[in-house]
Amino acid sequence: MILGGALLAVTARKIFRAAIALLVSLIGIAALYYWMHYEFIAAVQTIVYVGGIVVLIIFSIFLTHNPGHTIEEPVSIREAFAFTGCFAGFAFVFSLLNRYSFEQTGDALNHTMQVADVGRALLSTGSGSYLLPFEAVSLLLLASMIGCIVIAIKIRTHK
Amino acid sequence: MIDQIPLTHILFLSTALFFIGAYGFLTRRNLITMLMSVELILNSVNINLVAFNRYLHPTIDGVVFTLFIITIAAAEAAVAIAIIISLYRKINSIDPEQADELKF
Repeated sequence: MILGGALLAVTARKIFRAAIALLVSLIGIAALYYWMHYEFIAAVQTIVYVGGIVVLIIFSIFLTHNPGHTIEEPVSIREAFAFTGCFAGFAFVFSLLNRYSFEQTGDALNHTMQVADVGRALLSTGSGSYLLPFEAVSLLLLASMIGCIVIAIKIRTHK
Repeated sequence: MIDQIPLTHILFLSTALFFIGAYGFLTRRNLITMLMSVELILNSVNINLVAFNRYLHPTIDGVVFTLFIITIAAAEAAVAIAIIISLYRKINSIDPEQADELKF
């Protein structure tokens, strides 16, 4: 389901269908996180990607396209080169992964993640905690929000 | 249930997702679909981090990294869509080949 959605998302001729295929793929990834018992990550994935980014993409599709618009065919020589390169890279990584056997550490599979641990790691200082990246990321979000507004408004005042 | 599927299968999945995204990024001629391909690539990295955390490293480091990547991806998507819309207002197209105003 994930791979089928992803393939459709990069090959569909109609852009709206590509967006819906991306949605299917992202929901599949959220299901994979549920399967690995990381419910918090799955919820964040659902909210941010499925609820946020896909809706943003669909909005921008409607702002910039007529409905039912068909995307241009890719340049065929570029498509051939990209396909060869991606296939070669995939085969290379595939063979590497096949050759290396990952040793499972003993209690890793039974370890359960508490959401409170995530919160404690994000908001404490010291080793194994992430207060500084947390603050940096919040600053980045603020900057990107202001940047979006500035970029989107500038042209309108020029006209 | 989770110990029936080895880590390698999940890594195959994320590798395939990464290269599908790279293929889409290289072949598409439309900024929005290129952005969608970038989202696929970032998601494959997230799957890798979470899977390694689940199978090999029983702490919460991978989860926190995944949260940061999701945040950055959201910020990046918002900025990219603002740029796309302002580019569309300027040149009335979102084909990256036609945005050649900086070319000498």
